[in-house]
Amino acid sequence: MATALTILIDGLSYASWLFIVALGLTLVFGVLKILNIAHGSFYALGAYAAASFVAWFASMKFAPEWSLVAMLFAAVAVAVLVAPLTERGLMRFFYGRDEVLLVLVTYALFLVLEDVTKLLWGANPYYVSEPYAMFGNVEIGDQVYVGYDFMLMGLAVAVGLAVWWGLNRTRQGKIVLAVIHSEEVAASMGVNVSRVYMLAFGVGVFLAALGGAFTAPLISVQPGVSVGVIIVSFAVVIIGGLGSIEGAAIGALIVGLARSFAVHVMPQAELFSIYIVMALVLMVRPEGLFQRIQARKI
Amino acid sequence: MQKTSARRTSPVHALALAIAGLAATLAPAARAQAPAAAAGTETFKVGIVSFLSGQAAESFGIPAVNGAKALVEAFNKGEAPAPYDKAGIGGMRIEAVYIDENGGATKQVQELRNLYDREKVDAVVGYVSSGDCLAVAPVAEEMKKFLILYDCGTPRIFEDAKYNYVFRTASHATMDNVALARYLKARNIKAESFNMINQDYAWGQDSRKDFTLSMAQLYPQAKLGEDLLPKFGAGQYGTEISALMSRRADVTHSSLWGGDLQAFILQAGPRGLFKRSQVVLSAADHVLTNLGDKMPDGAILGARGSYGLLSPKSPLNDWWWSIYQKSYQTYPAQAPYRMAQALLGLKMAAEKAMAANGGKKPTTEQLAAALTNAEWDSPGGRIRMTLGGGHQATQETAIGRTRYDAAKKMVVLDDIQRFPAACVNPPVNVKSEDWIKSDFAGAKCN
Repeated sequence: MATALTILIDGLSYASWLFIVALGLTLVFGVLKILNIAHGSFYALGAYAAASFVAWFASMKFAPEWSLVAMLFAAVAVAVLVAPLTERGLMRFFYGRDEVLLVLVTYALFLVLEDVTKLLWGANPYYVSEPYAMFGNVEIGDQVYVGYDFMLMGLAVAVGLAVWWGLNRTRQGKIVLAVIHSEEVAASMGVNVSRVYMLAFGVGVFLAALGGAFTAPLISVQPGVSVGVIIVSFAVVIIGGLGSIEGAAIGALIVGLARSFAVHVMPQAELFSIYIVMALVLMVRPEGLFQRIQARKI
Repeated sequence: MQKTSARRTSPVHALALAIAGLAATLAPAARAQAPAAAAGTETFKVGIVSFLSGQAAESFGIPAVNGAKALVEAFNKGEAPAPYDKAGIGGMRIEAVYIDENGGATKQVQELRNLYDREKVDAVVGYVSSGDCLAVAPVAEEMKKFLILYDCGTPRIFEDAKYNYVFRTASHATMDNVALARYLKARNIKAESFNMINQDYAWGQDSRKDFTLSMAQLYPQAKLGEDLLPKFGAGQYGTEISALMSRRADVTHSSLWGGDLQAFILQAGPRGLFKRSQVVLSAADHVLTNLGDKMPDGAILGARGSYGLLSPKSPLNDWWWSIYQKSYQTYPAQAPYRMAQALLGLKMAAEKAMAANGGKKPTTEQLAAALTNAEWDSPGGRIRMTLGGGHQATQETAIGRTRYDAAKKMVVLDDIQRFPAACVNPPVNVKSEDWIKSDFAGAKCN
């Protein structure tokens, strides 16, 4: 029973940060039809920006609690600066082209941004560990958890609800859904599709950067942090269905719990666990758990 | 109606391409060349391969390259102390070509061929990753070109194969794990049970095996609990830490390094793992300056040699420490030390070969003959090419215990114990595993 509870908490903890990142990835795919490998770089930029903002807030003698605000600012700053530059300056020239080409463009962008982060922040690691201790420890059974992990779970739920509400309960969200359903029909009804693309891409970058910013206190922020997250995020959105928000949530939960179960019960299978789950889901539902069947246009 | 779907490839197909691309090359090769030698001056060209990008760059690759740059500059100016005081290598200016090790073993094999065939280097010194070492060593041998492996730890290279042109100028990982177990025993630290967390590749698996075998000899009653092998670059260790804390053990062993080790310590420290269990880390000195007061007190750690804070006092070490600190405003940890002992060994061997060759630039065969079974002094102590038919080094090592010194604002190491090379390395012609299983037959610890 204690092991089951530990598996559940560890799984939820892992799923929470993964969901925030994967949500941005699936949103960008849903609207722009881009498998964005550079999403990992936006995650890394968020982590680096958080390290810089938290250090800056500390140097301005703000109370430690403000470091959470600093991390949020970091994610917003990355989205505001990087998203328009990337979407207007690069991605829009490739819309409508073959998806393989788009993947290669985002891969090239990923490589460029890897070097940009090194150029801006160097190769030395950055630490933002102060917020990690801010929520104290929580003892459950014989385990000691850091309160920050539970805060992350709450943040993931809040972000998921906010995106769902934004898409389903606001006029702008309904316009985005219309573009997801059919950009041609939406355009013929007077929707400014380019604007929707920019908005969706911006939200996607923000979510990646938010994931990076709030993960920064757990890790040493250094070159290479962008790689692992993008591969596992792809696994999440494939399981859930590319472009599906509910799918990203369920996919993150499945990946988190599968990995947690493997580490506790069969550690040898940890590396394998995420991908076997992905393979099993694709065998039963090749389009992912929540991908809607789409009519073919002729 | 417009046809929009015909030109598109399926998303899953595109994704497969993306993941393949990521796995194949994560960053472009960085290639930086030192200024060319003056026209008409013979040079000795060295290819130096280390991580300049990716997760291993910050902890190992870049500090090692920094060490190489400081040392090559000192060599070329003739500023190194005797017996390394001849300018360059035997009067030839050293020309260094730096190559990024990032990108996987297949890429490294190609880069190594390029270094020999296109760059026409006289020697290559390189490789942090055990996987890369295992891949490039047979290639250098097949090409009959001179190669020094300066850092990687897997014992398999010279235990599973024989080479004429390949050398490793640092001890392999067996030394690190035997020394850790001996340190525990020497201090009578309770170890009725132990957990392990190591990365799932050659280095982590070999370290895991050597420590387990050593514990079986020194603590025959000790039981292995958790045996975790997360992937390289995992970053998030919350689940692993829960597993380590659920299965309480007297000792927790790890050979994690670089960003993985730093993330593990940052996450495990606040959760109290270091208080519940005696954590022993086989290669952790390089994270101390970065972690500072976030490094828990009382952790037992090694540096894969007598390096950095564990280094012995000597004029050569003082000189090396000062040129590195002057250039980079921090003290050298293990990676630059191992790079230094490789370059010192190369210089020693080349000058020895030249002395026997009338002062002419040595051939690959002459260079290899000069380094086989050689000995030389390095900042971390005496290096002896005793194993692997004279191609694999042994050296002394040291283990210590962490304590954050608030006055110095740095982590210091207390309770340091030194282990002679013959105490923690297998004897000639005995495989590491067999030697440990024989209860360290022939070990000389006094």
